[in-house]
Amino acid sequence: MSNTYYEPSDLRKFGAITEWSKELGEKFFDYYGKVFEEGALTAREKSLIALAVSHVVKCPYCIDAYTQDGLKRGITKEEMMEAVHAGAAIESGATLVHSVQMMNKYKKLSM
Amino acid sequence: MQLKSLKKRENELANAKRQLEILSNGIFQDEELPTFRTKLAAQNQFPLRPKTLEILQINVGYMCNQVCGHCHVDAGPDRKEIMTRQTMQQCLDVIKQTGAHTLDLTGGAPEMNPDFRWFVEEATKVGIKEVIVRSNLTIINANKKYNDLPEFFKKHGVHVISSMPHWTEGKTDQQRGDGVFNASIKALKMLNAVGYGMPGSDLKLDLVYNPSGAFLPGDQTALEADFKKALLSNFEIQFHNLFSITNLPISRFLDYLIASENYEDYMYNLVAAFNPAAVANVMCTNTLSVSWDGWLYDCDFNQMLELRVDSAVQHISEFNKDLLSKRTICISQHCYGCTAGAGSSCQGTVA
Repeated sequence: MSNTYYEPSDLRKFGAITEWSKELGEKFFDYYGKVFEEGALTAREKSLIALAVSHVVKCPYCIDAYTQDGLKRGITKEEMMEAVHAGAAIESGATLVHSVQMMNKYKKLSM
Repeated sequence: MQLKSLKKRENELANAKRQLEILSNGIFQDEELPTFRTKLAAQNQFPLRPKTLEILQINVGYMCNQVCGHCHVDAGPDRKEIMTRQTMQQCLDVIKQTGAHTLDLTGGAPEMNPDFRWFVEEATKVGIKEVIVRSNLTIINANKKYNDLPEFFKKHGVHVISSMPHWTEGKTDQQRGDGVFNASIKALKMLNAVGYGMPGSDLKLDLVYNPSGAFLPGDQTALEADFKKALLSNFEIQFHNLFSITNLPISRFLDYLIASENYEDYMYNLVAAFNPAAVANVMCTNTLSVSWDGWLYDCDFNQMLELRVDSAVQHISEFNKDLLSKRTICISQHCYGCTAGAGSSCQGTVA
């Protein structure tokens, strides 16, 4: 048993989640596979979105997986970093937009 | 970037037996992952047997002007193994009797063999339909004596297949050495100038894409579209097809995988991507590989692992089509490289 919460090799075992709940696991992987197919967005664009979201949700497995996926697709490091900034900007924007609430409350409570 | 071959550095991975040990030990010995043989057997695809011989792939020598980080040949300027005209003549004699339609010349840099041009001229005389040269591009401008290669290729209708790991300078030079990208661009422009790679041209110019790192190639069609768009808009360069080739875990690429602690993950990725449909068309089923000294192999990778054909006939001088057609193909865990995803061969994907 590993003594850390995250074990890089656990990513390989992701598929094993179906062993404890076959129906839900399989439905999830079918859905997941379908989401990343070519559609109105290209698979390449979706890979960059996935990379950005991986950072926002701070999933080390997802970051490993979608950095590798990007390399396979010939996505450059500049494109990858811009995608991460897009995610980071939304995340910091989400924090900062709450400051309007802080400002409102401050004003309400102040004479 | 190392400037010397593994052999010159006396690295243990220059030893084929050591490479085969590594490929059979660890995760495969512990049965964490199935061996290639076990995987084939589970699909009723063992043993692998050859079909009709179509391509004779001849390695005319390991000498090269580049020392690429992923090279499965461990080629470089310090490699002196070079095919003689006598062995080339034996290959020509075999071509006459086999009906193989394609002669695929590889190396090293095949153009560095002093008898390269003679060989191409003679091969076209004995009725070979297609002569392929696997050119690293930079050789064309490496020395004045090679500057007329585009004209020579054109004169003999040689099909040029060239390596290009990415459409950006950084990723190309990282794999193939400083300055390789710009030298390759210059050479591609020279090839375009004589008609190679132009839309509708019979002068075929294809590019080979190898990933520059421990990951598998993506979709060949999508990569081809990206390469075409970038090379045309940035450099006004045109080419016909892109072949994506998976790096096999042998020689310098194996050395890199182990040193960067990527070996296990890479093997897991290869095994996970195993595709039975790719097995049916792996190149060892229609190709024979000949080494600079005339020995016969199922493919260029087996040549580097010194796995000679499993047959009573093992040398070009004693070539026997019937005996060779009855052989079984020698395999080890490196073979997973050719069966991953859409498959991989010297002609790109196979499934």
